[in-house]
Amino acid sequence: MRITVNGKHKQITDPTSIAALFEMVGVNPEQVVAEHNGTILAPQQYRETILREGDTIELIQFVGGG
Amino acid sequence: MNRKQIQIYLNERSLTVAAKMPLRDLQQQQCPNADLLIVNGYPCPDDHLIADQDHIVMIRRGVAPSPQELEALMMARHTPGVHAKVKKARVGIAGAGGLGSAIAIALARTGVGFIRIADFDVVEPSNLNRQQYFVDQIGLPKVHALRDNLQRINPLVTVDSYYGKITAENVNELFADMDILVEAFDRADQKAMLANTFLRDVPEKYLVAASGMAGYEPGNSIRTRKINNRFYLCGDNLTSAGPGCGLMAPRVGIAAHHQANAVLRLILGEDPATQG
Repeated sequence: MRITVNGKHKQITDPTSIAALFEMVGVNPEQVVAEHNGTILAPQQYRETILREGDTIELIQFVGGG
Repeated sequence: MNRKQIQIYLNERSLTVAAKMPLRDLQQQQCPNADLLIVNGYPCPDDHLIADQDHIVMIRRGVAPSPQELEALMMARHTPGVHAKVKKARVGIAGAGGLGSAIAIALARTGVGFIRIADFDVVEPSNLNRQQYFVDQIGLPKVHALRDNLQRINPLVTVDSYYGKITAENVNELFADMDILVEAFDRADQKAMLANTFLRDVPEKYLVAASGMAGYEPGNSIRTRKINNRFYLCGDNLTSAGPGCGLMAPRVGIAAHHQANAVLRLILGEDPATQG
């Protein structure tokens, strides 16, 4: 199944949760804002949200410093 | 003899005077205590002959002008129309470290009417390499030191300070009544917590966040990105602070001023960045 992550196509197997996607692409769930089809997900939704064909994900990863 | 009249601006007030009046005559009439005479941006001797449309400022060294006079003088360098809009704006700043202290100062100088600053930390010596505090403020809560500094810069700004930790539970209470929230934290997980909470709990308000400004990589790699219609991110998005890559005044300042400029553009109804 094909999804779009930060503007790039990605093949994944079904079922894949947002939390599993984080592991695949190496994102720390504590340091990210995840937009799923235009909606910002609450951190509690990462495990329960299962990706579907054609979904668009934007991952905004923060790095430390300020 | 009826001498020609000209229009000038004295301390930003419009005034009609006789043409070719020597500056010293105007000073004696209008500001007898002034000892610094500035014409069109330059200090000027008192025998200068006043010309039409001159912008003249007369002040006494070391004496603070009245609040109204100060406001007119400070805002004289703004593009016309900017001042009324920024004065009405309410901006929250989460974090008063390297980013937050510089952003607050830029916004106070710009004349933003209401600034709320929140932070749980005190000023430490290691902060002084990049944060806008002074040696004699070591040990003070940052929000109190910053409030004092902002008041010294522009007493016309209302500064509201919250000395305490910002958590997912109090983001709404602290910042829901702001037009724009600026994320100015240090830790990546705190940045993400604030962005996640604010974007979901406080609908329709803008968030300007920052990510990636450590070290001394080229300043040009720091930019302002539009994430969505109400979420902007400033920084190089890459360079995290850590061992071997410290946080330094120039690049933190660049990122902070990207954020402050994004805030100003939002207040003025301009998009701070292009998508992507």
